[in-house]
Amino acid sequence: MKRRRMWMALGLVAIVGALVLLVAGGLRENVVYFLTPTELAARGAEIYDAPLRLGGQVKINTVDWNVDAAELRFVITDGETDVPVLSSGAPPAMFSEGMGVVVEGAYREDGVFRSHNVMVKHSNEYRPPEEGHEAKDLYRSLIIEDGS
Amino acid sequence: MSELSAPSLPPTGRAPLLAAGALVAMVAGSAAGLLLVPADALQGEVQRLMYIHVPAAWLAMLSFFVVFVMSVLYLVQRDLRWDRVAASSAEIGVVFTALTLLLGSLWGKPTWGVWWTWDPRLTTTAILLMIYVGYLVVRSFADEPETRARWAAIVGIVGFVDVPIVYLSVLWWRTLHQPPSSPRSTAGEFVYVLLLNVAAFTLLYIYLMVRRYRIAVAESHLEELQMEGA
Repeated sequence: MKRRRMWMALGLVAIVGALVLLVAGGLRENVVYFLTPTELAARGAEIYDAPLRLGGQVKINTVDWNVDAAELRFVITDGETDVPVLSSGAPPAMFSEGMGVVVEGAYREDGVFRSHNVMVKHSNEYRPPEEGHEAKDLYRSLIIEDGS
Repeated sequence: MSELSAPSLPPTGRAPLLAAGALVAMVAGSAAGLLLVPADALQGEVQRLMYIHVPAAWLAMLSFFVVFVMSVLYLVQRDLRWDRVAASSAEIGVVFTALTLLLGSLWGKPTWGVWWTWDPRLTTTAILLMIYVGYLVVRSFADEPETRARWAAIVGIVGFVDVPIVYLSVLWWRTLHQPPSSPRSTAGEFVYVLLLNVAAFTLLYIYLMVRRYRIAVAESHLEELQMEGA
């Protein structure tokens, strides 16, 4: 009896293990949180105006923030392909050139990605500020932004 | 009646000592995280959330691992003590999974720019919370202790599938959430403070388990008495 239960439990664990492999294997290929600029370009006309996320790096020297119009222009790159982005509203405080970003919106026929949401993808690196430098205080900008 | 149940409750002799240890460790961990080390150069003060967000996530995973092991043990040995340990651990895991999501959300707004996004790490963690809330719901449905333990054990084993998926999600898929930090990606002083807090949370888990298990024993006594009376 006890032996049978042990086999049943082992069987259950084996089924679970197989499930993990199956689910993970299947999802690995199918779950795409964002497209890279190269993937976006490869899809071409078929994805015009479809809501999607685009992720990559903010290309150096491409950021243009128009305060009056509250419009942000920059180029997202994966090192291979560049996609110009036009976004409305202020970006998050961590947004800067060279930073990883994920934008939500749609790719238009004119070759510009219209974004309504810019998200900053920061790295897993954490360091104290260098000698003579002060740490930024992101939460302060949040308070001011929401309070005004 | 009290003569019947009271002597068979597990002793609490060392529980206050454990509570004191957990408390001291948590105060020390928070003090170190808030005062001893500087804030991250890029993120500033919000980065200090790491010292509770990461330990909370660790506790959630530890809790569900214990549920998994106890569920297997129960199915093999059919000893209700394992079921009580599993139930206790699942409750603690649910609390700390919710805490992880909450702290992550508070951290996400000033750094990512959003409170929430359906990226694989966040989505699989939300599923994790639902699985173990489901585990507790399944428990509440069954009236008979053995039936309840058996169904719970199956959920406790199958549900554990999601735990490695949550951990590996940031390595398998594209996410907004960053991959796990390591001593190579994080300054040494930050790592020590983080480990101190992980140790403090682990002590807290052990203390909560001792207490919750005792309640579980009392509950099962009560259930027995009710069944005899019925």
